[in-house]
Order: sequence, then C-alpha cells, then structure tokens
Amino acid sequence: MNRFTSSAVVLSVAVLAASCLRKSESAMLKPTAFGAVIVESSGGKQFAATGTWLPQPVVVQVNDEQGAGVAGALVEFSAVPGVIFDPVNALTDSSGQVTTNVSLGGMAGRYQITASTIDKSHKTVEHKIEEIALGYEQRLGRRLNEQYCDRCHNPESTVERVSNYDNLEVKPHPFTEGDTLNRISDADLTAIITHGGPALGKSALMPAWGNTLNKSDIQGLMSYIRAVSDPPSRSAGPVYRKN
Amino acid sequence: MKERLRSLWQKLFGDSMRAFGVVSLVFLASMAIAPAKNFFSEWRHYQHGYLSIIRNRSDANTLRRHFQGGIQQIWLPELGVVDRCTSCHVGLKEATLTDVAQQPYRKHPMIPHNLDQFGCTVCHRGQGAATTVAEAHSSTLAWEQPILPTKYIESSCGQCHRGPMPGTPQLNLGRNLLSRSGCVHCHAVKLPDGSTMKATDDPPSLSHIADKTTREWIYAWLKDPQAYAVTATMPNFKLSDDDARDISAFLIANSVPVPGDNVTLSAKASGDPTAGASLYGESFCASCHAVQNAAGNIVGGDIGPELTRIGSKLKPEWLQAWVHDPRVYDPPTAMPHYRFNDAQVATLSGFLLAKTDTDLLANVHLDAATPEQLSHGKRLVSDYGCASCHEIAGIKKPENFAPELSRIGSKPITQLIFLAGMQHTLPDYIAGKIKQPRAFASGLKMPQYTFTPAQIDALTTALLALNDRSNSLPPPLAVAAPSESDYQPAGKAGKLMIDLACFSCHRINGHGGDMAPDLTWEGSSVQREWLVQFFKNPETLRPALIRRMPKFNLSDGEVSELTDYIMTVYQSPVVDRDAMPLSGYSQGQIELGKQLFYGKYACQGCHIVDTQADKGYIGPTLTHVGSRLTAAWIYQWMKNPQALRPGTIEPNRAMSDEDARALAAFLISQKSGGKQEVAKK
Repeated sequence: MNRFTSSAVVLSVAVLAASCLRKSESAMLKPTAFGAVIVESSGGKQFAATGTWLPQPVVVQVNDEQGAGVAGALVEFSAVPGVIFDPVNALTDSSGQVTTNVSLGGMAGRYQITASTIDKSHKTVEHKIEEIALGYEQRLGRRLNEQYCDRCHNPESTVERVSNYDNLEVKPHPFTEGDTLNRISDADLTAIITHGGPALGKSALMPAWGNTLNKSDIQGLMSYIRAVSDPPSRSAGPVYRKN
Repeated sequence: MKERLRSLWQKLFGDSMRAFGVVSLVFLASMAIAPAKNFFSEWRHYQHGYLSIIRNRSDANTLRRHFQGGIQQIWLPELGVVDRCTSCHVGLKEATLTDVAQQPYRKHPMIPHNLDQFGCTVCHRGQGAATTVAEAHSSTLAWEQPILPTKYIESSCGQCHRGPMPGTPQLNLGRNLLSRSGCVHCHAVKLPDGSTMKATDDPPSLSHIADKTTREWIYAWLKDPQAYAVTATMPNFKLSDDDARDISAFLIANSVPVPGDNVTLSAKASGDPTAGASLYGESFCASCHAVQNAAGNIVGGDIGPELTRIGSKLKPEWLQAWVHDPRVYDPPTAMPHYRFNDAQVATLSGFLLAKTDTDLLANVHLDAATPEQLSHGKRLVSDYGCASCHEIAGIKKPENFAPELSRIGSKPITQLIFLAGMQHTLPDYIAGKIKQPRAFASGLKMPQYTFTPAQIDALTTALLALNDRSNSLPPPLAVAAPSESDYQPAGKAGKLMIDLACFSCHRINGHGGDMAPDLTWEGSSVQREWLVQFFKNPETLRPALIRRMPKFNLSDGEVSELTDYIMTVYQSPVVDRDAMPLSGYSQGQIELGKQLFYGKYACQGCHIVDTQADKGYIGPTLTHVGSRLTAAWIYQWMKNPQALRPGTIEPNRAMSDEDARALAAFLISQKSGGKQEVAKK
C-alpha cells in the first residue's frame, strides 16, 4: 500500500511538473536585452464599442537611458479582466517597438492598460495608457456626431468628409477638448445643442438641433461628448484599472 | 484499530438514551443544512456587499429604500423568461450609481428598453433561473446557454427587430454582408416572417463569358480572385492548377455568344493622352468603380467592380460594346447607358484597357482542353456549386447546396466540432468557421473569404440573431423590417430612367440607392429651365462631394422627356408652386431675409451665397439658387426640411412663416448672372 501511494505521488508530481514545464515554455519569452523606460508610440486614447477591437493597434517602445530603442526587450500588457491583448507579451523589434491589438471589456468607460518591461536591475518599469470603450448610448451619440456634428467640430478632413472647421469665423470646440467642455454643465450643453449657440450667448453658427434631434438623441450625444473628452469629464464614468 | 471503533460505538450508541441523543443531534444538524446553504449563498453575499457599498454614499437612504432583499425575479410568461439576475445585480436600475465600477453592482447603461419588461437573458443569454454565478453565466452540463460576449450583443436586438436600426450598426452590417457577400446564395436563411433572405449582390452570368474575357484570365481569377482585384467579393476556392484549368476550359466551351456585344467603331480615340482620364473623371466613373492607387489605397465607389487591372481581363471589342451600351450584354445592369459617341467610346475603352498588370497572366499557359478535362470541369462546376451564384448555361441552380442557417444562433454546442485551442462557445465556432471554413474537416467546400475581423464579428452577430427565440417570437412582439418598394417609373420616360440607371444612385418613392439625393419631390423642388440645363451639363452643387451626377450626353428629346416627367409626376402635395412667385419680392423683404441668413440663422456656416465672403462647405452652394429652386420649395424647406427629404442633415429650425417667407425671398433673388428673371411667369 505504501509503495503504491508513494509511486502514485511520484507519478502525479511528475505529471504536474511536466505540464507546468510545457506551459511555461510556450508562454515564456526570454528577453535578450533590457531597457530603462517604456513609452507610448501610438494607439492611446482610442474609442471602440464595448467588447470590440480598437481601430488601431497600440504601439509602445522600450528605450535605454539615452532614449534609443532597445531591441529584444520583453514587454507585457495587462489590464482588468475582460480586456484582450493580441499578443499579450512580445519582444521588441529592431526599432525597440512592440505592437499589440487590444479589445476592451464589456462595460462602457475608460480602461487603463499597462505596458511593462524589466530593466537591467530586474525592476519592473511601467507605462499606462488609457482607452475608451463606448456603450450603447455613446455609440448612438457617435453615429449622430458623424452625421451632424463632425463636419464642423472635427478639424481633420477625411476622403469622404471635408472638414468645414477652417471655414467658420468662430471656431467650434472639438469634442475632445475637455478643458473647455468639462466646464460646461450637462444642462448648459444640452441647451446649446437644443436651442443653438445664441441660447447661451455663443455664436449663431451653432444652429439649434432641438427640432431635428429628439431628447434621447441629444442624451446620446452628451454621453458621447463626455466619454471622449480629454482630460476626462467627471461624468465619463469610472476608469477600469488593475488593482 | 478494531478495539477503538468498538469503544466509539459503545460511547455513542451504547444504550438507547445515548443512541437517541446522537441520532437527534445528527437529525438537527441535517435540518440546519438547508438554512445554512441559504445563509451562505452567493446572492446573499453579493447583497451584503451591495449594502456595504451604498452605506456611506450621500444617496444611501434612497438606495436602501429601493433595495429588496432575497431572491428577485423578472417573469415574462410570453417570452418564457424567468430571470433572477437582479438578485445579485442589485443596482441595475439605480441611475445614480454611475461611479460604481465593481460588478455585480453597476447600473445598467441606458438602452431604449425597460428592464422589467425585457428581463436580462433575452439580450444577454445565460441561465435566468440560476442563482449561482457559475450556473447563470457559464454553460454547464445541464444548461447550454452561456452569457453572450458583449461584442455580439446587437444580435439580441435582431431577434425581434427584423430591419436595420440606427443603434445597431454591427447587426446592420452583418445582415448586409450576409446578403451582399453571397452567403445566402448557398445557405438558405428563412426569416421568421416566412420570407427568405435575398441576395443583394449581382454575380455576373457566365453563360456568355467567352465574349468578355479569355480562358487565361478565368484561370488566374479562379486561382486567386484577390490577386486581380483586392476588393473582389468572389471567395477563393483554393483550386488546384488542374481544377482551375478544367473549369476555365469548361466555362469557355460552354459560353454562348450574345449578338451585338462587340462593335466596330467609326471613329478613333482622341489623340490627347489625357483625354481618357478626363472623360473617366467627367463621367464620374469613380462614383461606382474603384481603382487601387500607387499607395495601395482603394479610391472610388463599390457599386461596380474594381478596375485596377481591367485591361488584363477584357477583350477590347467587348469593352467597346459595353461602354457603348451595357444593356446589350446585361439588360438589368446597374451601369447607366451613357450616350457616348464612337470617339468617346474609343477614348474611354483605350484608357481602361491600358490598366493592365503584366504579372497577372505571365505564368498562365493553357493548352487546348481535352474532352476529359471539359467533362471534369463541368463536374467541378456542379461540385463547387458555382451555379448557386452565377447563371451558367445548361447547369441548374442547386437547391439546398449548403446547410440552412435559419436557426444557427441556437445550435447546441454538443453538435459542433471545435478546432484545437478554440473556446467551446457558439460565437467562437461561427466566427472561426467564417475565418477558416476549410480547417474544420477535410473535403469541405466552403471557400475562403477575405473578411476583416470587424466584418467577421458583424457576420457572427447577424447569424446569432437567427435563433430559436427569433423564430418562435409571438408575432405581435416582432418589429418588421421596412418593406422595400419596387416602384418603377412609367412610360417612355420611365424606360429612359431605367436605361440611365437613375435608381443605382437616386431613391424615388422608397426605391433605389442612397448615394445621391432622393428625387421623390424633385418636380416641386426645381425650376424646369434649370433641370434642362443640369441634364445637359451637370454643375457641381456640393463642392465637398467626390461623387457627383455624371453627364449622360442626352439628346434634346430625351432631356425634355425626362424633364416633363419629373416636373409632372414628382410633385409634393405640401409644396404649392403657384402660391409663391419666383420674383417680385419687395426689397425690404429681401433685405430682411439677408439679415436672417447671416444673423439669426447663420446659414453661411454651411452655405455660400457671396463667393467673396462666405465659406460654408457643407450644404449646396446657393449663389444661383434663385434660378434653381422654386420659392415654394424653399419656403417649405425652411419650415421643415426633414418632411421634404427624410434624413437630410439640414437642421429643422422650426421657422415662423414670416422668417421662412423672408428667407425664401432673399434666396430666390440669387439668380445666375445674365439670366435675371428668366423664369418669370
């Protein structure tokens, strides 16, 4: 009996060890170099519908003390459960960069994602990036924004949509302009959208939309504007970050 | 060992009193199991958690008053819903909990439905009656309905809403892709309303293909359609060289010529090397056809096929005949019949034929086909179901070629085969199958599509909406799709409009495309003289648009036929053209209108009246609007633009009669130079 027990124990330990080894072999990447800092190259502050991939990948770069890219450093991405990274870790390429696709979680709000690497003294160096997941209401707002607002409020032109921003004597506020927009209360912003600029002593170039959009449309727009503002608005909801 | 057991037995059951006592204790303990299980249950734990979260909030009293302890349940008999989710998700309906990020306490985001009327599982799936997290959220042995990942949540809207909605772009895209990527040619999708999902793409007939192209091109196309055109919707069937050789041989041998689809031209192409590109531009071919530019970007519309390498595909005589009159070869084509003269036909086809790619056919060398190869080709055409999409002379469209997808969204996962490393869920299976259709078994026929990840998610969303619930929904609860009108204009003008393919871009009475303005009330909107001029030489109304009205080179007779029809038939009942004249407004009224235009309504933000001062670039230029629109139309437009043209982005300003009249007076005074008062009655 004793012999049987001990052999069983040995066997199970062996199986466990083997499975652990295999697992760690496939998941572990061996860094060949170490950087000093990690910085964002592109891909921060993007918007995507909840649970969907961000339109652009997130690119981070590992630099040495002189600010030059380090190739072969290990970068790991992490965030709250529900956020998916593809890949979740990788070695930096020849220019010191790592590119990953990110799918945000199921709840609307801001998600903080952390890119980390290990420096020469084996300390973890981190960089935090924020991305924005749009819920139903905000997606409704985003659609209305593209249809009605973007043409004037977004200074960037696309092939399909030439921006009217530069043609306006009084420049509209881009919706990401949190410094200004966060200081306008929900009630005031709703009034401007509903009754036009002059309702709050602003430019008549902002027309009244109250007869074109209904209340829930305007509520959706408000929600979108609050969600994308930078710096974040208080009513943008919580930030999902790892504890 | 035995001694010990015996003494223990003696201690516990030695005499009847002891035995009674011990049995009573055991009985009491077992009686306590049920209340203990209840007391330590997960939902109670979460409810305690909720109470401690709200304790120190400023709105604690209100929240506590709303809170109800114990198992909560939403019961909807007609939907078969018993949802106890709110036992743990206690704060779902609390509007003030916006700052709580922790689950299960977050408030539900705003949706157009009341949670009490719809429950949770109708949209999120999962097991509503369960009272533990694992059973409610995951698929367990007894139940097979895990929580639906958020990225597919719009599929749940599609269970009841049969048509497109503004709030469900992903579902709309998925349904659109199902019908326009060819899926429903092979897979039958019976909709809950009894109809069958119809394909909206228009795969070309292959019955006359030898007139149009060469066997070498067909071979190269079959091997890799996206090598010819990256936007091609034709999927890759991963054919072997021999299979592609035999299918191309069969299609060429099977082709029947169409009389008149090659012409000899009486004129030569223009000697000017830029003439072809100019004519291509002037005719706005790019509104429908795309070309890949040097940077690899696709520029142009997607109504017609991509033309990047068109010169490597078409036979010159066929192209000339097509440019001359596409309806000879394909009567219902979406391509307009431009009235090009022979010189223009030669110039334009010469320009298109120069778009070649020498690499495409460089390595294609085909010998004359043997009878065995031909019959093998014919068998392959049947095996791969080519006739499901394409008309092929002598081959019948196969019935039920691929599995029906009418209830795919409820397929039990026990009936699915998963790939290694794949999550065992239905959405993952569907997405995986669309991504790599042939990876699931050997000998599968479904071809490889080139969908983007977002398109795959959209397709999966649309397919998940085809489930048991959508099929068994009580009819009064379903929201029907808007029925597509099959309006056809009548008479000679109607024939002309079909020939010019007006409906490829314009919508009239609910029928047609959405690229160009809706023309349902066009006769009330414009002045006859302007319309005549516009047909002869379309001017640019909206400078910011890249897709515009082409010049069709119509004869005077055709122009007056069309104009008469439009002016008579497409009249709005709310616009009374005779009520407001086109001229004779007082200077005071015009001046008031001008002030309103620049002041109160700031129209110059989007429109240009004075080319020196105004810069607005969104709406049409209004410099000559007095020669274009009727005063009655402008007046009604000011009062409510969406009533005249649903979906227009012009904001409805709910103007007073007085303001609308003054603005109409001001705008109607903006006539084109030298043509002042031309339309005076």
